[in-house]
Amino acid sequence: MSDDIYREIILDHYRNPRNKGKLPDADVSIHDSNPLCGDEIDIHLKVDGDKIKDIKFEGRGCAISQASASMLTEMVAGKPLTSVKDLTKNDILENIGLMNLGPARIKCALLSLKVLKLGMVKYYADRDPATAKKLQDDSKGL
Amino acid sequence: MMQKGALNVEKIRIDFPILNRKVSGGRPLVYLDNAATTQKPLAVIDAIHDYYMNYNSNIHRAVHQLAEEATIAFEKTREKVAKFINAKSTDEIIFTRNATEAINLVAYSWGRANVKKDDKIVITEVEHHSNIVPWQILTSEKGAKLEYIGVDDNGYLKMQEYKSHLDSNRVKLVSVTHMSNVLGTIVPVSDIIKMSHEKGIPVLIDGAQSVPHMAVDVQKMDCDFMAFSAHKMLGPTGVGILYVKRDILEKMPPFISGGDMIKEVHKYETRYNELPYKFEGGTPNIADVIGFAAAIDYLNNLGMDKVREHEIELTKYAIDRISGVKGVTLYGPRNTNDRGGVVSFNIGDVHPHDLATIMNDHGVAIRSGHHCAQVLMERLDVAATSRASFYIYNTKEEIDTFIGALEEARRLFKI
Repeated sequence: MSDDIYREIILDHYRNPRNKGKLPDADVSIHDSNPLCGDEIDIHLKVDGDKIKDIKFEGRGCAISQASASMLTEMVAGKPLTSVKDLTKNDILENIGLMNLGPARIKCALLSLKVLKLGMVKYYADRDPATAKKLQDDSKGL
Repeated sequence: MMQKGALNVEKIRIDFPILNRKVSGGRPLVYLDNAATTQKPLAVIDAIHDYYMNYNSNIHRAVHQLAEEATIAFEKTREKVAKFINAKSTDEIIFTRNATEAINLVAYSWGRANVKKDDKIVITEVEHHSNIVPWQILTSEKGAKLEYIGVDDNGYLKMQEYKSHLDSNRVKLVSVTHMSNVLGTIVPVSDIIKMSHEKGIPVLIDGAQSVPHMAVDVQKMDCDFMAFSAHKMLGPTGVGILYVKRDILEKMPPFISGGDMIKEVHKYETRYNELPYKFEGGTPNIADVIGFAAAIDYLNNLGMDKVREHEIELTKYAIDRISGVKGVTLYGPRNTNDRGGVVSFNIGDVHPHDLATIMNDHGVAIRSGHHCAQVLMERLDVAATSRASFYIYNTKEEIDTFIGALEEARRLFKI
C-alpha cells in the first residue's frame, strides 16, 4: 500500500514542487487548510481573458497534499477556466495516480482542488454569480 | 516471549479483547496512541453492560429500587476517585464530560468571580489547547493578561521565567500540566505549587496525562484544582473529573445550572444543592461513571508504581531504538525519570501524516499532527510531530514492530 502511494513521482513533486511561490500581480489569491492535519495551501491565479495565464502555490503539509498541489498547477496552467471549473475529485486522483486513498488521506489529496475552486468562486463572484455558486457547492463536497 | 518486568503483560493483554484485532489486511494491532485514549478492559465494558441490562435508572431522585442501585453505584465511583488521588472528601470530586470541561468549569465559575482587569494568569508553552483557550477567553473578557512559562530546548520549563511572573504580584492563577502530552516532560508541580502558594496564588494542575500513569496524591502535591479524564485511564469516554479543594469550592458560583444541582427552586430564586452536586447540573453520564469504577479497580490491582515502572522500561527501550534510526529527531527530555511514556519525533522530511500512513500499513497506530499543542509546535518550529505513547498492555516486541515500520518509511523516502 505505502509502496503504491509513495512512488518516485509523488516524492519528486513533494521535494521539488513545480510552480511554488508567490505571484505578486495575482488576480486571485486564496488560502485554506485542513484542520485535521494542519495541511495548508495558498493558490495564486493570474487570469487572461478566459485562460489561466499563471498559477503558483504555497503550502506546507504531507507529501500527498503538496505533491497533489504541485501536479494540479501543472495540469491547469494555460487552460481555460471554463474547463478547469469542472474538474472533479476523480480527475485529481487520476492525475496523481492514487485511486485507493482512505477517507483520512483523500482530504490531503483534494485540498489543492478545493482551494482552486474557492479561488474561482472569488474570481466569478461578480462576473458570474451562478457559476460562483456552483463552484462553492462543489468545494463543499471535497 | 513477553519481557520479565514490572507487570505481567501477557496476562493483562487477555483482559483487552480489542488487542486481538487484526488490522490493515491481517496484521496484529499495535496500539501506540494511548496518550489520545486507552483501550478498555472487559471489566469496564461489562460494568456498563450490566448497568443497562439490570439497573438502568436516573439517579439521586426516585425512591424505587433501580434508582437506589444506580445511585449507589454512581456514588461508589466518586469514592474510588477520591481515594485514587487521595482527596480529603468525596465532596471535592466533580464529574464532568472530560478534562476540557473540568478546566472550563474553573475558568467560567472561579475565573469569572475572581479574575479582574490587569490580573495575570500564568500557563506554559507545553499546554494542551484545553489549558490555553479557556484562559484566552477569560483574560480577553476581563482585560486580564495571559503569561507563558517558556520551555527550553531539552523540554524543561524555564523556572526563572516563572519566578519573574510571580514577582510581578499580579498573578491570580497558575495553570500547568503535570505531564506534556507531546514532550512527555513531567513538570515539577510540587515546586510550582510551593512557589505559588508562598504568594497566596492557587494552582490548577492538568492531570490528564499524569493521573493515568503514576501515583498522584492531591493532598501531598497541595494543588487547588486538578482536572483529568477517565478515557485516558482504561475508563469510558464522556467522563471527566475535577478536583477542587473544599474551601475554594464552597465559594464558587455554579457553572451548569438546572436539575440536580438545586435544593429548592422558587419563581425568582434558587437555593443550590450541597457539594459536589451544585456543580453537576442535569442527568450525568451515569453508565460511564459506573464503568469508570471498574477501570480504577483494575489500575489499583496492578499498582500505580508498577504501571509507572513498566512505562519507564518501555520508554527507555523505545528511545534507545528510535535513536538508532538514521534521520530521526527526538523531542523532550532524555532522562526517563523526567518523562512519561510519550515519545515524539520526526524523521527526515517525512511529514508525520505520511509516516502514520506507513505505520498503519504495519498495523501500528500512532498519532501524527500538532497534538492540540500548536503553541508548543511553534516553539519547536515544526508543523507537526509523530507520537508513540505507551500503556500497561504494550510490549517491547510491539516497539520492534514500530521500529520496523520506521525503517520502512526511511527506505520509501530514501533518507
